[in-house]
Amino acid sequence: MSVLALVGYYEPWWVQVLKSIVIFAVALQLVPVVLIAERKLLGRFQSRYGPNRVGPFGLLQPMADILKLLTKEQFRPTTSVGLLFAVAPVISILTAVAAFALIPFGDTQRIFGTRVGLYGVDVSIGPLYLLAFGAIAFYGVMLGGWSSGSKYSFLGAMRGAAQLISYEVSQGLALLGVLFSSQTLSLTGIVHAQAGMWYVVPQFAGCLIFLIAGFAETNRAPFDLTEADAELVGGYNTEFGGGRFASYYFAEYLNVLVVSGITTTVFLGGWLLPFGLHPPGWVDPLVVLAKMSLVTFLFIWIRATLPRLRYDQLMSFGWKALLPLATLNALVTAIVVVATH
Amino acid sequence: MTWSPGEHMIEVRRTPAPGAARGAWRAFRETLRGMRTTFGRIPEGPVTVQYPEEKVPVYPRFRGRHKLHRFEDTGLEKCVGCSLCAAACPADCIRVVAAENTPANRVSAGERYAAVYEINLSRCIFCGYCELACPFDAITMGHDYELSDHDRSDLIFTKEMLLAEPLERTPLRAEDE
Repeated sequence: MSVLALVGYYEPWWVQVLKSIVIFAVALQLVPVVLIAERKLLGRFQSRYGPNRVGPFGLLQPMADILKLLTKEQFRPTTSVGLLFAVAPVISILTAVAAFALIPFGDTQRIFGTRVGLYGVDVSIGPLYLLAFGAIAFYGVMLGGWSSGSKYSFLGAMRGAAQLISYEVSQGLALLGVLFSSQTLSLTGIVHAQAGMWYVVPQFAGCLIFLIAGFAETNRAPFDLTEADAELVGGYNTEFGGGRFASYYFAEYLNVLVVSGITTTVFLGGWLLPFGLHPPGWVDPLVVLAKMSLVTFLFIWIRATLPRLRYDQLMSFGWKALLPLATLNALVTAIVVVATH
Repeated sequence: MTWSPGEHMIEVRRTPAPGAARGAWRAFRETLRGMRTTFGRIPEGPVTVQYPEEKVPVYPRFRGRHKLHRFEDTGLEKCVGCSLCAAACPADCIRVVAAENTPANRVSAGERYAAVYEINLSRCIFCGYCELACPFDAITMGHDYELSDHDRSDLIFTKEMLLAEPLERTPLRAEDE
């Protein structure tokens, strides 16, 4: 059985092509916005301005950064493994964009006389697809660190691998509670199941665990041990410069957006509004974007607040605290679901 | 003889280690408290001074670039070329060459005047000893602190430059600031 057969309808090929272009364009536009938002907000959190020199209020700073990075020379250390060194950032960016395709920005709409889903693809294995691409994304980090031929990059990459294994389990288990309740693996289905109440209320513990695991998956503070500027001088991306470094950077921020989007979809009711509001279909993407920006704000807020965990703390927190809690959450939800149905 | 700690012993008292649930709750609560602390900085606004546009006003006793002075009534230079400042200078950055005043060419109020008075500001440590050493208050430390240039030789200030008023005045701190 093909994946698309479960969607219930087929979109014409030109709609799919158009959608991929639009989604990639949106992702491409959102990343610089998150970049400047993070730098400005971090500044405010620390009683300073943040970038304010390039353009009005410093809003063109990401443009200047990107321009600077892309016009730099592509170089690589003599000890590096050439092909992998070039491919690794591409893997990172590819998986990030692929995962972004999963986020539903709205229900199916009638556009140009055909039904168009406002998402890249609504697969019947949504969370599994997400976890799978999250796992592949770490090949970007690991291969990048290893192929640099530098021990600090390698250390950063090894930490990344360990971190992924520790936290992906909890992330998956945290989603289980939602899947039990909604009885579906399709992300649009999960949103529809939240029509009565968003899952953030009954699944609050699951939401927290998912978010914490999300911080770890995206290598964000306080779990940015793969980068750990102070100890590893940048970790896996130390030896990368110019466009390749920009790719890693882009992928990192896109991953933040993906986790925000998935949190929005799974726990915050996607495009649904509370108090029985049913706006016209074109508002849906704006609702999703607003909720996503709130979660992204939380990401930045956490980064401004919490110091980096020590490596053994990271491991013991992942295995001794987060995993039992996620398991307990899934177990309790399962019991409740079975008891009430 | 074995050593006994006696009264030097300090007893360390620790609170009981929190259990799993209490510890988790404490970590969660403290995280929220930290987040409140950082968020509280946003409404306060930045404390940054946008330097080239805004300048921090200096205190009246701030030791900036030196100034040479004239008598206000006669216009004669106060410096008599005694070289005490050069002698006091720990960085050895002052060079004074004195010359005799003549009735035809009267530059200072005293017997002699400074024909050459140079301060190498790239060596000056702004200690203010020259100001203390001067018997006639001819040299004082000013408030000018923007002393960067493209060439080291441009930082050797001559007598004319030291006598002239600085082009841009440094903001001076008011009495109540």
